[in-house]
This record gives sequence, C-alpha cells and structure tokens, in this order.
Amino acid sequence: MKNPEPQLHHSPLGTYQARTKVHPQRIDGFFRRFKWLIMLVTLGIYYGTPWIRWDRGPYAPDQAVLIDLANRRFYMFNIEIWPHEFYFVAGLLIMAGIGLFLVTSMVGRAWCGYACPQTVWTDLFQHVDRFVDGDRNKRMRLDAAPWTAGKIARRLFKWSIYLLIAFATGGAWILYFADAPTLIAEFFTLDAPFVAYATVFILTMTTFILGGFMREQVCIYMCPWPRIQTAMMDEKSLTVTYKEWRGEPRGSVKKALRNPDEYGDCIDCNQCVAVCPTGWDIRKGPDISCITCALCIDACDRVMDEVGRPRGLIDYLTLEDSQGETRGQDHRPTWKKVLRPRSILYFLVWAGIGLGLLFALGARSHTEIAAAPDRNPPYMLMSDGSVRNNYTLRLRNMEARPRTMRVGIEGLEGATMWSETMNNEDAARTIEVDVPADATRNLRVYVRSLWGTPAQDFTFSVTSLDEQAESDAVETRFVTPGEE
Amino acid sequence: MGKSDNRVDEPTGTEFVGHEWDGIEELNTPLPRWWLYTFYATVVWALVYVILFPAWPLIEKGTEGVLGWTSRGQLAEEMSVADQARASVREEIARVPLERLSDNAPLMQQAVAGGRAAFQVNCVQCHGSGAAGSQDLGYPNLNDDDWLWGGDIRAIEYTLVHGIRQPGDPETRQSIMPSFQGILDEGQVNAVVDHVMSLSGQGPSNAAGAQLFEQNCSICHGPAGQGMRQFGAPNLSDAIWLRGGDRADIRAQILDPKMGMMPKWEDRLDPVTIQMLAAYVHSLGGGEDFVEVAEDPEVEVDEEP
Repeated sequence: MKNPEPQLHHSPLGTYQARTKVHPQRIDGFFRRFKWLIMLVTLGIYYGTPWIRWDRGPYAPDQAVLIDLANRRFYMFNIEIWPHEFYFVAGLLIMAGIGLFLVTSMVGRAWCGYACPQTVWTDLFQHVDRFVDGDRNKRMRLDAAPWTAGKIARRLFKWSIYLLIAFATGGAWILYFADAPTLIAEFFTLDAPFVAYATVFILTMTTFILGGFMREQVCIYMCPWPRIQTAMMDEKSLTVTYKEWRGEPRGSVKKALRNPDEYGDCIDCNQCVAVCPTGWDIRKGPDISCITCALCIDACDRVMDEVGRPRGLIDYLTLEDSQGETRGQDHRPTWKKVLRPRSILYFLVWAGIGLGLLFALGARSHTEIAAAPDRNPPYMLMSDGSVRNNYTLRLRNMEARPRTMRVGIEGLEGATMWSETMNNEDAARTIEVDVPADATRNLRVYVRSLWGTPAQDFTFSVTSLDEQAESDAVETRFVTPGEE
Repeated sequence: MGKSDNRVDEPTGTEFVGHEWDGIEELNTPLPRWWLYTFYATVVWALVYVILFPAWPLIEKGTEGVLGWTSRGQLAEEMSVADQARASVREEIARVPLERLSDNAPLMQQAVAGGRAAFQVNCVQCHGSGAAGSQDLGYPNLNDDDWLWGGDIRAIEYTLVHGIRQPGDPETRQSIMPSFQGILDEGQVNAVVDHVMSLSGQGPSNAAGAQLFEQNCSICHGPAGQGMRQFGAPNLSDAIWLRGGDRADIRAQILDPKMGMMPKWEDRLDPVTIQMLAAYVHSLGGGEDFVEVAEDPEVEVDEEP
C-alpha cells in the first residue's frame, strides 16, 4: 500500500514504549455499585473460606475447605476427594472452562470486567490510590510533581498499604492448604514450614507488582484469555458499545446549542475515558484494552442526565444490534439477545457435566479393593505339593472412621488364605481386616490351593462389616507350576 | 531497523518500520518498556547464577561456583539426614531379641523393609530378586516352607552369620553328601533311585532300594527320607527338589553330588542388617515359629554321613 500523502507522525515511536499511567476517576452508578458487590463477595469468599469449620469427626480435619497435599486429600464441606478421584477436579475445571464459554458467548468479557482476580485486586488498589492521593486530577498532579519529601512519604505510605493487602492475599492462600488457625499461629511464631513462607513471599510480591503497578498491562500484554475470547464472542454477544450513530459528530454543549442539527449527543467531555481503569477510549470501538467493566456507561449516563439527553449513549449492545440500530431499527430487549441456541447449548453441556459429577459423587462406594499378584516368583511349590500365590491387596476405606472388612476368596475351590499379620495355621476362606480411618491399607496375603488345582481366575471380595455393608470385588489369577 | 519514512498506517495509526516484502509492510508496534527491563533482569539473573553455581563445562571439570554447591554434596547431605532418621530404628532392632521382633508390628515392618533393601544388594545374585532361587543352579527358593537348615528366624540369622560350607569359619553349617560312584553298582543305584522316587509317591516301592537306603542314606536323610536339619540333609519325601526331582536328577545327585555353598556375612554386614535380612527372609511366607529348644545350630556336625 502506498500512501499518496504521507502523514507526518509528530511523536515518533521507538521500539519500546513507556507505560502511560492510568488514573481512573471516581464514579458512582449502577455498574460501579454492582462492582462493589462483586468485590465484596469475591474477596469475602477468598479471605473467609479457610475459617469456616466443618465437623467431620475425630479422624478428619474440621476445616470446611482444605487441600491437604501432605495426606493427599481434598475436603470441600461434606465432600472428600481422594487422588484417584481427581476426575472430579478435572470435571470442575472443564465446567469452569465451559462456564467461561457460556458467559462470554452471552455477556462478552464479563469475567474480565467483574470477576477476574486481576480486575478485583486492581480495583482495590485503585481505591487505595484514591484514598491516599485523592481523585484523578490530584493524582496526575502528584505524579508529575518532583520527588519532595512529602511525595516520598505519601508514596511510601501508599506502597505500605499495597504491601499489606498483598501480604494478606498471599497469606490467605496458604490457609487453604493447612489448618488455618494452627498455621497462622505457626506462621507468626516462625514455626511454619519453609514452603509456607516461600509461597506467601511469592504471592505477596506478585500481588504487589501485578495489582499495584502492572494493572492493565497484565490484561493487555500478558493474559491469554482476551485472545481466546475473540473466538468465543460473536455478533450476538453483549459488549460495551458507544452508539456512534447517536453520538457523532461530537461537539460541546455550546457548539450544539448554536448548531443543533450538526452535532450528535456526545459532548466530548471525555468522562468515559477518565473513569476507564485501563485508559481506553470506548468511542474508538471495542479493543483488547476494554475489559467491559461498564464504568464508562455510568459516567456517560450521569453526563447525559446533566445535559438533559437520553441515557444509554454508551450501553451494553450486541454487534448485531448496533448494526441494526445504525440502520434505524428499534432497541431490542436484552434477554432476547442473550438467550439463543448457542448459549442454551453451552448451558446444557455445562449443567450436564455438573449433574454427572453430582451423580458420580453420590453413587461412589467408600470401600474398594485392588489386588496385585506377585510376579517374582509367580507361584511357590510347597512341601506337600500344594501351591501358594502371594498378592498385595489394597483395601481402601474412604470413611472417616476405622472399619473392619471381611476379605474373601470366591472361586478357587478348596484354597485358603492368610495375611502377613496372621499365622498360616489360621488360614481360611475369609479373613477379617481392620482398615484405619480414611486410609488405604496395603496387605500381603498368601493364598494356598490344594494339590492339583489348575491355574485359574478367581475373585477377591471385600465387604465392610458395618451397617453400610459396602462391597467390592476384584478378579485376579492363580498361577501354578507350568500353567501361567 | 531500517530507515523510517515517518509514514503512518491509516487504519491503525501506527508508524511503518520501513521494511517491505511484496507490498506487505511491517508496522512498528512497540513493546512495553517494562518488557525490555524484564529481559535485562533475566540477563542479570543469569550472570549472578553463573557466578554462584557450577555453570561452564571445561575440559577436566566445570566451573565450581562461589557457593560451592554440588549435586553430589547435596545427595551426601540428604543421605546423612536419612541415615540419622533411621538410626533410632536400627537401635531399636538391635535392642529387641530377634525372635521377639514380630511382637512389635511397626518395628517388624521396618526390619522387613530394611532387609528387602539389603537383600536386593547382597543376595539377589544367587537367590534372585524374588528370592525364588534357581533349581538349575541349586540355589534354594526362600519363599517356600522347605528349609534345609531350619526356617525359624534364629536359624536363618545363624545361616546368614556363618554361611554354609564357608571355609575358615569353624561355626559354619557343614555337611557332605558323599559320592556313591564305585560304592554302589549300576543296579543298586537304580534301586535306590526307585526307592527315593517312591518316598514322594512318584513310583512303586523297591525292596532292594529300601534296604540300600536304610544302610547308606538314612543316617542323614532319616529312615523315611524326611531329611535332617542338623546336617542340612534335604527332605526326600516332599514335593520340593532343590536340584530336580526326576530319575536323572536323583541319579546324578547320588553319583556326583553337588553341595551348595553360601558365604558368611558377619564380616561384611553389620549385625542389625543381618537381623533385618533374617526378618525379611522369614517374612516371605514360609518362616517358621522360633521354638527355644527346637534345634541347636551350634552342634558339631560329624563329617561322616
């Protein structure tokens, strides 16, 4: 492409660009209050959850949500997940993924605008800015001011608040991995494990840097999600839109008074840009910088009220609607745009996985058996001509109390078994085994068959000797000399 | 960077770099500056790392690093920590009499685990990694309930300490199966083989063989061929054959007997390791209960069969 009339660029760009600091202005309105609510709920969940207690009896921890890595258990209220059931976690992650698809297909970047931790913490830090340094104009003046003692003191004060928030954030994280009251006491008496301090340090620093300084740079340069989102959104997804057909050409109230026919509704007050937490001008259209937090809607609505023009110059619209309205169509109700086959299908898939997980959770057995035959040697010939095979049984008791289980042989006529903790004189068709609470017991058992028994498959069965009487069985093979 | 002609791409408002390939031009979209600083920071990190840790491979060895860290040193440190952690268990095993070890289930488990590890280093060469031995080579299977010299935990320990037919150890387990080459003639050997086969129910009895067995073999193997553990004489009436149970195998053992040899371990392993090995072998499934007066392994064995 050859430009016949080369434009001169007056602020030449280098290869690298300094960040333009964003100083969003205070605003109040529907979406701002909604954001406050979401911040309250999400931060409340994050900081509060480790402190919820949940009684599980004497053999399990009483913390409602606990990721017990050392003992490889995940507790969530009355659900307990073992490592072999990690598919539940995988299922939850898949649900979270499809949930993002669902939300994005309907309401665009709502995750980015309201619920993303980067957004929530950035918002929190920006409130700290406002609290310490004042609103937009004061902050911009202070930013440009020379480094006097006053400014240094102010900055140090602000950064200490940043650090405090960051420390609380990193500190809360580790409480999910151990008993919260115990760990917090150990943490401050310097008795906690090194990994706790390392984790808190790393998360404190990432929160401090990402929330306090990187802010919108994370969304624009580092986060993969905005890139993926473009594939999730279509012309029927809601996004924050400046109604160009209504606003342009923009001009001040005075100019519009002089020539009412020449100007649109936008009075070019730049309030939408002033309140934007990423510094984007929504009038340029959607962009990776626009996280659709809708604060510009609040700002523009207030201005429109003041100048006596209808609200909604900036509004949540779909691309389809904005094209339609450009052609002069009427505004359609929002629910009609959002409910459509694609989003319903996403919802059905999402709900189907959720129901499947719930069903699997309710139907799972808390008693399991697995058998591993010894392969070296595969069989032992005994003095009296009988043959012995050794097996390692894994008896799993997923209840939070010790249980006695009956292990038996099914098939393999005449064979008897005894365990490593028994005498072989006590060998029998069934043996009783105590399995500790919430644990898997590895037990070596010896199965001895009568002389002349051919090699064959047989079954180990297990039944819990309590009112649940859960049972499980596993098939394995009995090997004899010459027949494997 | 090529020369910039200060032209601006109209749709994006971005300056051109000045490169052009077939009409496709490159826009100058600047990277954020902190990105560049992050790159510098990684370079600084790399320099610091190279100074502190072993980094550059040289001809003889690599650069050592100021901190003096080595992976071998770290291993040695971790091993010594592990050894210290095990010390209390070893002391406990040394304190408890071997035959009482099974009363303390966790300690027994530790002993068996330690024994298994030591077995994998010292014993698998002959007995195999599954302790199943080898019939071809005459290494006994330690999993079964047939014991040449006794299968209680003390007897196993004694065998480990003093070995079998270990030259130079007066307390080693000692016996000899004599060769009957030239003592019995062909017919007599066949008769004895017939009788030995019949002991384990593999053939009809043979009166002549029974008489020859009575005269020549029962001193060690017992009148019914049930064996005798003082002499390590195998039980000939059971289903287990150390060196094969068919006619040719038995015949070969009468005419040209092979006798196993096991080294003594008291000079090579410490007493606790030997005890753990005994516990492991005893745990394999054929271990017998220790009875105080069952056998006296220190009985002097007469050379004469």
